[in-house]
Amino acid sequence: MFRSLHIDPQKCTGCLQCEMACSFEHTGAFNPARSRIRVFEFEHGLRTVPYTCTQCDEAWCLHACPVGAIDLDASVGAKRVSAALCVGCKACVGACPFGTIQFNPVTGKVDKCDLCGGDPKCAEACPTEAIVYGDADWSGLEKMRRFAALTSLASPGGNSR
Amino acid sequence: MSWQRRILRVNLSTGECAAEPLNMEWANQYVGERGLATRYLFEAMDPAADALSPENALIFATGPLSGTLVSTSGRYCVVTKGPLTGAVACSNSGGKFGAELKFAGYDLLIVTGKSERPVYLLIEDDDVSIRCAAHLWGRTVWDTEETVKAENHGEDMKVASIGVAGERGVYYACIVNDLHRAAGRSGVGAVMGSKNLKAVAVRGTRGVRVNDAPRFMRVVDEKNRKLWSHPSRRGLARTGTLAMIDNMQNFGGLPTRNFREVQYEGVGRINHEAVTAKNRDGHRNLLANKACFGCTIACGRIAHVDKDHFTVVSRKEYWHASGGLEYETAFAFGPAVGVDDVDALTFAGFMMNEHGMDPISFGVTLAAAMELYEMGVLTAEQTDGVELKFGNARALAIMAEKTGKYEGFGRELALGSKRLCEKYGHPELAMVVKGQEFAGYDSRALQGMGLGYATSNRGACHLKHDTFAEDMEDLSGNGKAEACKASQDGTAALDSVGICLFTSSAWDLGDLADQLDAACEGQWSAERLRECGERIWNLERLFNLKAGLGAADDTLPPRMLNEPAPSGAAKGKVNELDVMLPEYYGLRGWSTDGVPRPELLRRLDLQGFAV
Repeated sequence: MFRSLHIDPQKCTGCLQCEMACSFEHTGAFNPARSRIRVFEFEHGLRTVPYTCTQCDEAWCLHACPVGAIDLDASVGAKRVSAALCVGCKACVGACPFGTIQFNPVTGKVDKCDLCGGDPKCAEACPTEAIVYGDADWSGLEKMRRFAALTSLASPGGNSR
Repeated sequence: MSWQRRILRVNLSTGECAAEPLNMEWANQYVGERGLATRYLFEAMDPAADALSPENALIFATGPLSGTLVSTSGRYCVVTKGPLTGAVACSNSGGKFGAELKFAGYDLLIVTGKSERPVYLLIEDDDVSIRCAAHLWGRTVWDTEETVKAENHGEDMKVASIGVAGERGVYYACIVNDLHRAAGRSGVGAVMGSKNLKAVAVRGTRGVRVNDAPRFMRVVDEKNRKLWSHPSRRGLARTGTLAMIDNMQNFGGLPTRNFREVQYEGVGRINHEAVTAKNRDGHRNLLANKACFGCTIACGRIAHVDKDHFTVVSRKEYWHASGGLEYETAFAFGPAVGVDDVDALTFAGFMMNEHGMDPISFGVTLAAAMELYEMGVLTAEQTDGVELKFGNARALAIMAEKTGKYEGFGRELALGSKRLCEKYGHPELAMVVKGQEFAGYDSRALQGMGLGYATSNRGACHLKHDTFAEDMEDLSGNGKAEACKASQDGTAALDSVGICLFTSSAWDLGDLADQLDAACEGQWSAERLRECGERIWNLERLFNLKAGLGAADDTLPPRMLNEPAPSGAAKGKVNELDVMLPEYYGLRGWSTDGVPRPELLRRLDLQGFAV
């Protein structure tokens, strides 16, 4: 099964457990400044929105890298950065339309979400299931279901024919 | 690790900013946050100094668990001498500022002296600078936070600041961080203003490491599950603390119209049902519940005012969402002043956050002013033409804003209940202990809460002890001294590790010790934490004794001691402080005049602080 992260901002309380779990997994310290998933706040905190790499199939970052440091982890569908190969040129940072690959001044390399090798810690830490790691085939189905429910409300009473 | 083992000292008189190693001997005795900051306060100032003089120190403190995966790890506290009380002040806040200070590499920030001109402090890991704040002086908290972020790092910066209330020395001005989280009580914002310090802005990228990471992750996972499944956690997420208003109403402990009464007829218009109900136009006050840093409870309320409401109808700038009503704000702007207009309460709450004031002290001060007005002591001539009558929602909204901006009669309300009532010849109407206003629990209905108010080191306060369960089971003062002491010591320990009091229904001191033990060096147990808590409580007491307070200040207003509760479960009762207080002193190991005895000081290693 091909899996991906499903993020539902409606369920997010802005607790940042995801940022702490991510930074701990990748740096050994609780350090949101180094988290690869970030939660943004809007309207005095009314909306809190987690955001991270969506693992594009035709990944801009992968194509932009001049030294081939970004490859596909086929087992989980993540684009990952090889620290040994990365020269810190930031071509990928410029190429990514979403800003989800970032330069890390401490290591001199770039960081991006690697889905923790198939066990994303952000999803594990999220207390409200705002971040879920699941079947990629299922992406969008939950929204479809919600709208399907609305459609049926417009014609109550079931099949009258 | 888990402590950063480093503190930052900033002397605003000389402009010197220097980091130094954390005193680990003190950390082992006082843990962090509240306890450790009080120890450093003793070193940084003379307790007898004037709270608003340059001699006072202002300490922002995190705990060892701050900034870790432990739930609610975003707390920090501000410790200083409080201008409202003349006692030690310890005001705790959530949001994200505290964790960010820790991530920048500091357990404590100690600010001393006074700047000649308005400044703000900018901390970016090791880079610390004192910046000009001339352009920020006179501006609101919300405006300041936005401006400081815009001229620095933007999104990632966390800001704690004061509004005009703090600049002008409103006695209960607070320090607000992350727009609507506040170190709320005792006037810590006025201390910041007296130092000409408008804001502290922090960005931290160093992170926090724990001692035994694999064990820590296992323990935290287990404790988070325990907290998550606890019914009170679910209740706090759903209703916030507002559910308490119905409990207090039904029991008869809801202070109403300056504590003359203990039940309020308008409670159904300001409770959880009221904030979630849709009005005719489909407007609903409560929009969402949100969390502070690291918190899996998420009791925070985000609400908005109906745009047709008189408070905002012509003021579009207040149509956005912001921090909503929790119990204490609802009590202080509702029953205490007899107002049942939920939008007026919410708007007044916005004013507190925007201008930086403690809603409890403001509401209870306004309640005293309303009683003085109804007695004819104050007249409309003195109150800018506003009818200061109980129940007047417009008076609440107008005075909240005037006090925040330090205008007109707001300058009188800025004094707090004690000074206001003394000024107008009726000190008995001030619902305070040590000059600080009561929270929303009546001392006649809840005997142990009354004892806790009377003996709290920062003046009347509901957050330094918790005897609700005992009080609601038994209306007498029996056994309350013991429950009160145990709760005070436990809370002092909890307040010193870096997490939120709202974990305490699910976690006991053993749960805290397990997490602390995995995160930090040394052996941590519930027993050791309890002893640290007792040491901290006594250290605060010794600060107050040296500041000139004593047994005579461990009392309640005559209304609580002589005027029986007019209704509810405790109808006809007064507070039994005369019975409880001597018992409490005895249990504490204090003399009959409230001074810790030498053998107690020896046991707690506090000999050096003997009065």
